[in-house]
Amino acid sequence: MNQVAMPNKLLDVQNLKQYFHPGQENEVRAVDNVSFHIYEGETFGLVGESGCGKSTTGRSIIRLYHPTDGEIYFNGEDISKLKGKKNMQQFRRDIQMIYQDPYASLNPRMKVQDIIAEGIDIHGLAESDADRNQQVNDLLELVGLDKSHATRYPHEFSGGQRQRIGIARALAVQPRFIICDEPISALDVSIQAQVVNLLQELQRKKNLTYLFIAHDLSMVKYISDRIGVMHFGKLVEVGTSEEVYRFGLHPYTESLLSAIPLPDPDYERNRRRVTYQAPKEDGKERSLKEIASGHYIYCSDDEVPFYQKKLEQKKRQ
Amino acid sequence: MEQTQLNVKQFSADSFEPLIHAERESREKIVAPSLTFLQDSWRRLKKNKGAVISLFILIAVAVIAFGSIWVSPHDPTKQNVKYINLPPKIPGVSLDGFNGTALIGGQRVDKYAQANVPEQVHFYLGTDGLGRDLLSRLLMGTRVSLIIAIIAALLDLSIGVTYGMISGMKGGKVDNVMQRVLEVLSGIPNLVVMILMLTIFEPGMTSIILAMIVTGWITMARIVRAQALKIKDQEYVMAARTLGESSSKIALKHVLPNISGVIIVQMMFSIPSAIFFEAFLGFIGLGLRPPAASLGTLLNEGYKTFRFLPHLMWAPAITLSVIMVCFNLLADGLRDAFDPKMKD
Repeated sequence: MNQVAMPNKLLDVQNLKQYFHPGQENEVRAVDNVSFHIYEGETFGLVGESGCGKSTTGRSIIRLYHPTDGEIYFNGEDISKLKGKKNMQQFRRDIQMIYQDPYASLNPRMKVQDIIAEGIDIHGLAESDADRNQQVNDLLELVGLDKSHATRYPHEFSGGQRQRIGIARALAVQPRFIICDEPISALDVSIQAQVVNLLQELQRKKNLTYLFIAHDLSMVKYISDRIGVMHFGKLVEVGTSEEVYRFGLHPYTESLLSAIPLPDPDYERNRRRVTYQAPKEDGKERSLKEIASGHYIYCSDDEVPFYQKKLEQKKRQ
Repeated sequence: MEQTQLNVKQFSADSFEPLIHAERESREKIVAPSLTFLQDSWRRLKKNKGAVISLFILIAVAVIAFGSIWVSPHDPTKQNVKYINLPPKIPGVSLDGFNGTALIGGQRVDKYAQANVPEQVHFYLGTDGLGRDLLSRLLMGTRVSLIIAIIAALLDLSIGVTYGMISGMKGGKVDNVMQRVLEVLSGIPNLVVMILMLTIFEPGMTSIILAMIVTGWITMARIVRAQALKIKDQEYVMAARTLGESSSKIALKHVLPNISGVIIVQMMFSIPSAIFFEAFLGFIGLGLRPPAASLGTLLNEGYKTFRFLPHLMWAPAITLSVIMVCFNLLADGLRDAFDPKMKD
């Protein structure tokens, strides 16, 4: 129980900025001054609309892009300035990623066993061919696939099966932290549950930490311990999933929450969607401020009491 | 209500059995045989009649042309002044034009008898102005043309793929510079290059091949670059990167196999154009020097006497056309076989 009392920050992102074409006319601020942290063993959900920078954040953390500015501490070490092949290889083993499109994330010209064993080969994790095959078979079993699937090509599998192959590939290097980049949004609803349950089961078995990127708030609430809401490259609200889901304070979060459909005709008939209107540029400095314990809102200093009052009101209802 | 409750109680616990595990596994089983990319493409290619026929014709042409190194009806370079300009004579065929007769002054004359050719000697496609057997020269010419085209295509392939791959995978400034270089190169007409080449080198196979590859690889490089740009943003390439794969390995393991179809098709299209370019050079007199022959030089010699001795031009012209049509049909079929959805 000590762990719960003093959770270890596995990932700590501070003032991460990812600009494309910086300083040019077509500068895009995909991720702008984002700070958050993820405790060991938890699932952090990142939600937001399409193009708000969720995936870019994930890709910057895993160093598919070079962050423009900011620090990313993984296990206490700044990985945004990691240099040298050896350090990089260790980092590549610790952090892995599961991709969005199961049809694009597997090389169509490679057999399943070679796809899964790619990381094993790169990092030399197998002592012999027999060991390699054994590891691949174990991984296949772990994600609920059959041994006989190892010699087949990706196009022979369904979307859910492919996604499980992708998960097996990520697990092959025994990572501690996995970035799930919308792993279920391309799947059929009945398959989504399969994959999410598999991810949760793996988290328990292997003590994994997840950054779960998605745009489906109810799915994120189901899987995450804490949620961050992103809008236009900025984090606008961070809190425990219960807190954000029930007492979402930022107008953008409220708008997202109002869009969740429920299979309840009475509720649906009366549901009013809140449209988000971005606040006018008033020149105030805004940043993430802690409103209540562990609940952060993107606001200016003088807006803090307003949000605190709003939270109290919502909790009383 | 009561009745359903009663019904439930009727079943005792031991009449239930757990679902057999194997049943779940059998649902995941894939029955269809596992086909590799090439097996699958071959299966599709076989359905395309034109492509298969072309493939067999090309194989036959290649076997005969290369086999004639050892088994040739006559010596292709041996001149015989007594037997000049003989029409085709095929044993057992009495069709005019193939029986050794020719129309001279409105009268059909047996040219073989006039030249005192022994009864058992036949020139199936006749002889040229120096008394050389045309069939032997045609086989020799086809062989030379094929060799030039295939070597040129292979060199195009290796230079073009390497250049395009580096340009596409590196991207950014490197790509920009490499593309500008390509544009400058593609602005040079290759006929000019050819003529300049001949001022330095002896006209022959080497200089022809060199002239062809100076600009020939550009199309290949462009296609490979475009494909590499497309593939390198695919998620499986990103996955390889996050696993720590090096760029060169990514290029070889992930990008190259996925664009191999496009490369093969492009190469199959570049072979006939290389054959044609070689023939064109031979025709305008920049090709091989006699006694060596290619389809182009044969056409060049044949067209001069087309009015009187049409067979000298017909034979190489038909051979050239057949080879070009076959390569094009085969390339078309391969493209459909490699990429049935026409994505590229």
